[in-house]
Amino acid sequence: MNLSIFDVIGPIMIGPSSSHTAGAVKLARVSALIAGKPFKHVEFGLHGSFAKTGKGHGTHLALLAGVLGITEEDERIKHSLDIAKARGITYTFREVELDDVHENAAMITFTHDDNTSTQITGCSVGGGRILITNINGVDVEVSAEQPTMIIQQLDKPGVIARISRVLAENSINIGLMRFSRVAKRDVATSVLETDQKIPPEVVQRLATLDDVLLVRVIQ
Amino acid sequence: MYSSIQDLVGQANSRQLPLSQVILESEMALTEKSEQEVYTLLERHYDVMVSSAKKALTQPQQMIGGLITGMAAKQYGYETPLAGKYLNDVMAMALSSSEVNASMGLVCAAPTGGASGVLPAVLLGTAGKLQSTKRQALDALLVAAGVGAVITKDATVSGAEGGCQAECGAAAAMGAAAVVTLAGGTPEACANAVAIALMNCMGLVCDPVAGMVQLPCAFRNASQAVNAIISADMALAGQRSVIPADEVIEALFRVGKMLPEALRETALGGIAVSKTAKQITEGLTGDAGTIQI
Repeated sequence: MNLSIFDVIGPIMIGPSSSHTAGAVKLARVSALIAGKPFKHVEFGLHGSFAKTGKGHGTHLALLAGVLGITEEDERIKHSLDIAKARGITYTFREVELDDVHENAAMITFTHDDNTSTQITGCSVGGGRILITNINGVDVEVSAEQPTMIIQQLDKPGVIARISRVLAENSINIGLMRFSRVAKRDVATSVLETDQKIPPEVVQRLATLDDVLLVRVIQ
Repeated sequence: MYSSIQDLVGQANSRQLPLSQVILESEMALTEKSEQEVYTLLERHYDVMVSSAKKALTQPQQMIGGLITGMAAKQYGYETPLAGKYLNDVMAMALSSSEVNASMGLVCAAPTGGASGVLPAVLLGTAGKLQSTKRQALDALLVAAGVGAVITKDATVSGAEGGCQAECGAAAAMGAAAVVTLAGGTPEACANAVAIALMNCMGLVCDPVAGMVQLPCAFRNASQAVNAIISADMALAGQRSVIPADEVIEALFRVGKMLPEALRETALGGIAVSKTAKQITEGLTGDAGTIQI
């Protein structure tokens, strides 16, 4: 069994729906961690059952709470509209039709304080578990159940070796590594799940490696 | 490590161990937690279950729409239940967690939020009736979780994917195994109880009124809690499911895949589109489809 019993009994969460509320919080929270920069506006594109029955499940409140960094167990979820307002963050919700995604999916677009934007698509797959499927147009698979690193790098020989050397030197074991790129010799995205948590100094070292553009950690 | 209900029962029998021990060892191997850490976490989840199962028995919970506000207290205060006090209390506790969940209060998904009333009610009610120790209740919770893990892996516990049978139905199967465990039944009886509980709810659709986890969810949490107990009783009496639990789980998944989208948590079919449900939806929203937030 490769599934923890606490993925079945749990999460301890704010109701009413593990997929439409707790999963939505986690999806949005992980998305904000991947986006990794302060934002002033966020747009939620709701797909399928998220669009059809979302409001009755508090999915809107949950998604907004998640991007604000509020966790699944926090009773402030129902007040997320007020919390966003207090922080000066604006938001919009709209219905979208996404291709090849789970019934409970959302596309979250962050407009950052520096006017750049990040677009993340993911779904809530049931029982509070999630899968991020696309980051800025690049297909990925991020479940965020293990410590996870998302690294953007130039698609050149030797980059992955340098990354794995730093992890090895710090006794961090890679459980899974997925790699995707839009085109050869362009920017590539690596998703690494590790068995150990990744300390800040390791993240710092990775971020300063040659040809590594960006490092984000979810743990 | 285990991969199916049959595998769980086989390991328990060949090693002369209770199912809970097989599941505990698998969890420790998977997550590298000590036995103590697993039990501490189990206790934390159990305590949240206890609190949600009791909270609305005396305090009606407020929620958008308020369709199920006060249901738990009404059931709990009913003094002459034909089904007896044990089942009545179980129903009341299932309704309580459903109310807490609908009011955006704290619950423990088991396996989901929408079905979070079933297992706490079954565990608390039965542990109370049998005067089980907390450790026995936690072992029963372990068995329920192991069963839920197999259903999650081989089928689905998402109402949007498999209907209510995958949520309250899976919870009933987990609860049935927990009850057999509390009653001291064999691993085979646990497997039979799982299969019987799932057979009893196969095809159950997810059709929430106004798209909210209130109606019929609360009634289904209460009735599936009772399903868990009667399925356990049938298995404890020696009834055999004939069809092995793993095959029933596969059937559940196939049936879920066959359900039209309208009956999978979209509020586009079943009682969600009944005349009265539409009136409720319009009363809540001013238009047919979106609830103001």
